[in-house]
Amino acid sequence: MKMPDPDQAVLARRAEIIAALRAIVPDQSVIADEKELAVYESDGLTAYHQLPMIVVLPENVAQVSEVLAYCHQNNVKIVPRGAGTSLSGGALPLADGVTLGLGKFNRVLEIDYDNRCARVQPGVTNLGISQAVQGEGFYYAPDPSSQIACTIGGNVAENSGGVHCLKYGLTTNNILGLEMVLPDGEILRLGGKHMDSEGYDLLGLMTGSEGLLGIITEVTVRILPKPTTARALMIGFDTSEAGGQCVADIISDGIIPGGMEMMDGPAIAAAEAFVQVGYPIDVGALLLVELDGPPAEVDYLIERVRGLADARGAISVRVSESEEEREQFWAGRKAAFPAIGRLTPDYYCMDGTIPRHRLPEVLARMAEMSKKYDLGVANVFHAGDGNLHPLIMYDANNPGELERAEDFGSDILRLCVEVGGVLTGEHGVGVEKRDLMGVMFSEEDLNQQQRVKCAFDPQQLLNPGKVFPTLHRCAELGRMHIHRGQTRFPDLPRF
Amino acid sequence: MTETLTPENADQVGEVLAWAAGEEIPLEIAGAATKRGLGRPLLGAHGGEGNRIIGHSLDLSGLSGITLYEPEELVLTAGAGTSLAEIEAAVAEKGQQLAFEPMHMALLYGHEGGTLGGAIACNLAGPRRINAGAARDHVLGVQGMSGRGEAFKSGGRVVKNVTGYDLSKLMSGSYGTLAALTEITIKVLPAPEKIRTLLVLGLDDDAAARAMTAALNSSHEVSGAAHLPGPVAGQSAVSYVGGAGGAVTALRIEGFSPSVAARLEALRDLLASFGTLEELHSANSIKLWREVRDAAPFQTGDQPLWRLSATPSAGPAVVRDIAAALPGVAFYDWGGGLIWYRLDGPSDDGGADVVRTVLANHGGGHATLVRADDAVRARVPVFQPQDKGLAALSARVKDSFDPRRILNPGRMYQGV
Repeated sequence: MKMPDPDQAVLARRAEIIAALRAIVPDQSVIADEKELAVYESDGLTAYHQLPMIVVLPENVAQVSEVLAYCHQNNVKIVPRGAGTSLSGGALPLADGVTLGLGKFNRVLEIDYDNRCARVQPGVTNLGISQAVQGEGFYYAPDPSSQIACTIGGNVAENSGGVHCLKYGLTTNNILGLEMVLPDGEILRLGGKHMDSEGYDLLGLMTGSEGLLGIITEVTVRILPKPTTARALMIGFDTSEAGGQCVADIISDGIIPGGMEMMDGPAIAAAEAFVQVGYPIDVGALLLVELDGPPAEVDYLIERVRGLADARGAISVRVSESEEEREQFWAGRKAAFPAIGRLTPDYYCMDGTIPRHRLPEVLARMAEMSKKYDLGVANVFHAGDGNLHPLIMYDANNPGELERAEDFGSDILRLCVEVGGVLTGEHGVGVEKRDLMGVMFSEEDLNQQQRVKCAFDPQQLLNPGKVFPTLHRCAELGRMHIHRGQTRFPDLPRF
Repeated sequence: MTETLTPENADQVGEVLAWAAGEEIPLEIAGAATKRGLGRPLLGAHGGEGNRIIGHSLDLSGLSGITLYEPEELVLTAGAGTSLAEIEAAVAEKGQQLAFEPMHMALLYGHEGGTLGGAIACNLAGPRRINAGAARDHVLGVQGMSGRGEAFKSGGRVVKNVTGYDLSKLMSGSYGTLAALTEITIKVLPAPEKIRTLLVLGLDDDAAARAMTAALNSSHEVSGAAHLPGPVAGQSAVSYVGGAGGAVTALRIEGFSPSVAARLEALRDLLASFGTLEELHSANSIKLWREVRDAAPFQTGDQPLWRLSATPSAGPAVVRDIAAALPGVAFYDWGGGLIWYRLDGPSDDGGADVVRTVLANHGGGHATLVRADDAVRARVPVFQPQDKGLAALSARVKDSFDPRRILNPGRMYQGV
């Protein structure tokens, strides 16, 4: 993975930059010691690491603004960082960059139940928001599996999802407002407690922009009243194909479950061996369907889903009869990643999304690839929305195996795009999928995205080297090739 | 005189825009042009900016037709010029719907119909906004032509997608000022099996706001919360509402039959202390929520009409303060967060100064002058004015798509 060449002139001024940052934030909030910097050298994508030049930990928006303004004036690159749980290398440091950590922004500022929203700082964890409002019977809906650790600022930057997003939406559907700082230090507020702000939907644009457009310093999230009940079905099928068809049957029947997850044979075996929750190990696919809402609805839909599963030839159907049992059903799924981790020294988690009906074909071709690369793969899916998480098993200590795993992963993502899907459903492009962007987008598509980047960050100092495979200068992107005096489209109908 | 250009495919749209960019000729971008009255005027005596007269209209209604509809995948792709009626009929046939309830403005602006592209470009969501989201929340992908005459796409046909910037969101609510959309992919959702509406009769605005908050803060999944003060309720064609003899607060419950019955019962218990309760069944519910969605009581007439998005709990105070300076009639949707306010008579600035000052005093939000003479809409900001930093960023975003400012220039903001 090639990152932009470090700017030697900036590296030569390191001491001067440290001093300047210490004039903005307290001394101890600027980290320059190599041992302490090592904490920041990678994020959740541990295959990549790089010591940052400096880490700065501002405490308030004024400090963020001053840091950015200083870096802007002095041509210093910035890499924003929340909890560092990104699985795509979004917070990978730059050798000549300042990593700007938002860990000190960890307060819930306001909870407004009457307007069903909360104003929080970006360093509050995803789960922390739900915990802050649970006493009144509310929660924050998106629930990425890293929710204990990951922060809402990072969730906004990545547009995080979770198992409930088919019914309750992604981060982008669950936030109302932001405070942000542009790379030149300007502070802006988008949205608020009202819905659908006018003007360009910059809130929507910022969500999922992977820290390339601005630094988020405050988030207003929607909070929802908790559903009164939830029950789950655990359904075993011979094949993933039958499981996939059952998913289509459920949705065609007008049912949008709160969660709908599928695991293939290897993933089921690994999970059961790890947590022993009673998963059937003689099935080819396991479907977990959770229904939430008032008891009358949940009980009714459980039976409807059971009927659909039986009609699709389910081998086994279990329905949770208690909260403990429901949690047990989920325990295996939630432990799927560490369970795979027990079977293999290393694993590489992919994140493509496909149109659901292409699942059988994609699984068959993935099995072929597994043979070709001689690496095992286990699959867990967000079945309702076609988001796949193939886990490629490898051993980084064997020379060449990491590279083989990466090539296998790239082939899987190419396949996702080929069948009408996308490179990443919820983990982000980051550095990991940067060089595959051309598989999904034309040069003109990418140029237009980079022109938008230039509207925010004309010097391209914010998180460079992420998302875009080729960096163009903004002036170059802005140029237009004009053909004056051409024939005025003689074939066009007009009135 | 306006010349209307009617391309039949995306390439022809690109040709027109490349030509217009080269010659720096500003264009009106239109679907079925049913919402021409919304926004600053582009055509005619009050349109254009400085010496840039807009003499050409790019009519995208030729880019019509559903190219993909997979009900079991909840996805539909269509040309941007496809009529909403065609799409709504196609999804209804499969028991599905556009959950954001696009507004119909036929009486307001005098044109029937409307296109998918127009609905997305204006991002006007109906009563279900409170739990299903706005139009922008249902756009999965777009293809379009920028003001450079270059094709670009964003998003895709799957719900879960974070590959690249979400330009689909940026297109939603951009009123055709960033690109001419050519194809749009949206998420569709199952239509409810059953719809019921609980009416609470005779509440004043403050009590109604409390009732709506109680309902929305409950776990009963209310999918519509509107309050119609007496004079507005009296105009409803639904007899239980029109004949109620006073204010009506309406709460919608949708879903599977056993669930609707249980939630309705629970909601009755919750709101019994507020006032007399009534209940609407499916047909009347559909009729009432259409009226709310389309601001039907205010569609006819020519008095200035405002649409305000406010902090929901501030709704009644906003209306009270506006009415103290500018007599008019209001009703509420989105649990108080959406206010329709019709002035009783004309006003030099359409009431903009009062409306926006009051809104700012109550936690902010935005106010749109949905109806006023061309002359007023050319003089007064139709959309909520942005502060300096946001306005400058918006102008740079505009330039990144449309550097020659040929796409609907001035429709949203002067100079943009």
